[in-house]
Amino acid sequence: METDLNSQDRKDLDKFIKFFALKTVQVIVQARLGEKICTRSSSSPTGSDWFNLAIKDIPEVTHEAKKALAGQLPAVGRSMCVEISLKTSEGDSMELEIWCLEMNEKCDKEIKVSYTVYNRLSLLLKSLLAITRVTPAYRLSRKQGHEYVILYRIYFGEVQLNGLGEGFQTVRVGTVGTPVGTITLSCAYRINLAFMSTRQFERTPPIMGIIIDHFVDRPYPSSSPMHPCNYRTTGEDTGVTYPSVEDSQEVCTTSFSTSPPSQCVFTVTKAHFQTPTPVVTDTLRVPMAGLAFSHQLSSSRLSYQPAALGVGSADLAYPVVFAAGLNATHPHQLMVPGKEGGVPLAPSQPAHGAQADQERLATCSPSDGARCAATPSSSEDTETVSNSSEGRASPHDVLETIFVRKVGAFVNKPINQVTLTSLDIPFAMFAPKNLELEDADPMVNPPDSPETGSPLQGSLHSEGSSRGSSGNTHDDFVMIDFKPAFSKDDILPMDLGTFYREFQNPPQLSSLSIDIGAQSMAEDLDSLPEKLAVHEKNVREFDAFVETLQ
Amino acid sequence: MNCRSEVLEVSVEGRQVEEALLAVLHTVLLHRSTGKFHYKKEGTYSIGTVGTQDVDCDFIDFTYVRVSSDELDRALRKVVGEFQDALRSSGGDGLGQMSLEFYQKKKSRWPFSDECIPWEVWTVKVHVVALATEQERQICREKVGEKLCEKIINIVEVMNRHEYLPKMPTQSEVDNVFDTGLRDVQPYLYKISFQITDALGTSVTTTMRRLIKDTLAL
Repeated sequence: METDLNSQDRKDLDKFIKFFALKTVQVIVQARLGEKICTRSSSSPTGSDWFNLAIKDIPEVTHEAKKALAGQLPAVGRSMCVEISLKTSEGDSMELEIWCLEMNEKCDKEIKVSYTVYNRLSLLLKSLLAITRVTPAYRLSRKQGHEYVILYRIYFGEVQLNGLGEGFQTVRVGTVGTPVGTITLSCAYRINLAFMSTRQFERTPPIMGIIIDHFVDRPYPSSSPMHPCNYRTTGEDTGVTYPSVEDSQEVCTTSFSTSPPSQCVFTVTKAHFQTPTPVVTDTLRVPMAGLAFSHQLSSSRLSYQPAALGVGSADLAYPVVFAAGLNATHPHQLMVPGKEGGVPLAPSQPAHGAQADQERLATCSPSDGARCAATPSSSEDTETVSNSSEGRASPHDVLETIFVRKVGAFVNKPINQVTLTSLDIPFAMFAPKNLELEDADPMVNPPDSPETGSPLQGSLHSEGSSRGSSGNTHDDFVMIDFKPAFSKDDILPMDLGTFYREFQNPPQLSSLSIDIGAQSMAEDLDSLPEKLAVHEKNVREFDAFVETLQ
Repeated sequence: MNCRSEVLEVSVEGRQVEEALLAVLHTVLLHRSTGKFHYKKEGTYSIGTVGTQDVDCDFIDFTYVRVSSDELDRALRKVVGEFQDALRSSGGDGLGQMSLEFYQKKKSRWPFSDECIPWEVWTVKVHVVALATEQERQICREKVGEKLCEKIINIVEVMNRHEYLPKMPTQSEVDNVFDTGLRDVQPYLYKISFQITDALGTSVTTTMRRLIKDTLAL
């Protein structure tokens, strides 16, 4: 048989089969890379494109294929197999397909090697290109990424179809008869994948069973390690997902005025800034990692720049309240809800040393609704609205200092219930003495300068109650009103905070009040007969109206 | 020599017609195209290289491979577009078929014109279905994708029977066998035709012809 084939033809045939095997492996592996393949046609023959097809050669794949072949060629009983499997990020793996290049004994002696065999091998490669996009593993391989990857393994010898599970299907790509045997290219693939999407695969355990002893029955286990079908450099994240930063908090412009010119100026600067970490926050959360404010001495209107309002999320936006040291009756309230994501630090005006001493940060007391974690801290020279979590190293680098009046503006609790229980609050000497008196409460009786609270304050208080995590809570707190920059409206003499306060407790509807209701009820009953008489007069009109509706 | 005839049937939604037809036609032409021949002296020739590229369908969960030839792609898209328009405007049941015929030219003596002898005909019967809900469309996407996978396997099976193929021509005969008009690839001579059929399976044109003949006969 083989003597009929001359040596040149034999050499050519061997070469054709060898390169066909290598190209077959390239086509299969490239089809499982997860990308679309595109090669260019060239009208001028380059001489290096085997079978007149532009199939790139990935060096690693060629190397692996050559290693598997080890100088041999597919022959009867010795098939070249490419195994495609899937491996999840958890380490589970599953065989998907096995592509077999086999040779059987059926010879076609009449066939011309250099022409017909070559062209038919070329046709078979084209068929392979088409079929590799058609098996279920193709769609899986296109979606590979973080959850799973596709691996390939080349081995030479007997075909092992055990790992494909039950009911696997086979598709024959094609055959080419040669003088030494018939080359057959086929694929055996799992069919249970048909219903499996990527998502399903992660959630449900593999129905086919996890192949634990993957390489147990392999004839050449040591020579056939699995390789990923992915040659892209994965510069993607390794699975650590950072929660998206929600940029939902508007920056409230904050400026405030000192109404009485005698108010001292104080500067609060943040001593420490937290390093930016993206964190998920609710819409109500506001980062207040750093603040720097500056007041101008004896100016009726202060403007300040909130600085370093990025970084870390505050659980709540807390109004930062600073009591002017000198005159506690005119506390200032500073609301600084900030924007996440890093508002650039604005330069703060230098603190006036003398004034700074008189600054204080009063912290809120745990009144109902006004929950806050307050950590007043001060440096010698500057007041710092510090992050209460500095010591706690919590992910919430929160400026958890809410300085609210002991009875918050939007709290329904009467002032009297809140008492200055302890005098060991910092700067107790500066605590307003007359807080018990509602009349003297600047919040209740606003001074000439309009006070403003943050529109968020109410909701913030309620949020704050759920977040009282800090340890430094104080019974007394002073609220300083401030005037938001843009809320002053000449048209409407009332500012937003006042508006909110006034309408927070609207009066009851008159119709709902019992006394009035009782009265009107009696009147209604009396007037009923009259009304009925009137209606009866107009019966015809009503009927006509009803008819028009129909 | 008998002409080999293969028939494929597909049921698709209106917007899937183009992609389904292109997938089938391109797969057939992938197998029936070679690189450009470059004839040298002494009757030998070398063959150019055929590149391939993957095409993802937009309306079908399917990817097919075509030869990297924009000219060929444009020619196919043009005729498929005409077919799609004809289907739409027919207003009938949405039945039509497209035929891809590979032929050889046989030169005849004057005054007879050259003969076109088909040696392989691929017919794709298209049935357009109308779907109401998005869910149905989504199912249709996947189902048509699976059906096309089966069609590709059928095509490959036929191709690999290695039945009759025209002999490789000499330089003077190459235009009788191959379409040498494209720049980068060289498919066998082919022509594409289509017809819109009504529910009975008869083409609209034949019905019209019959009607006219009948009226004239009166």
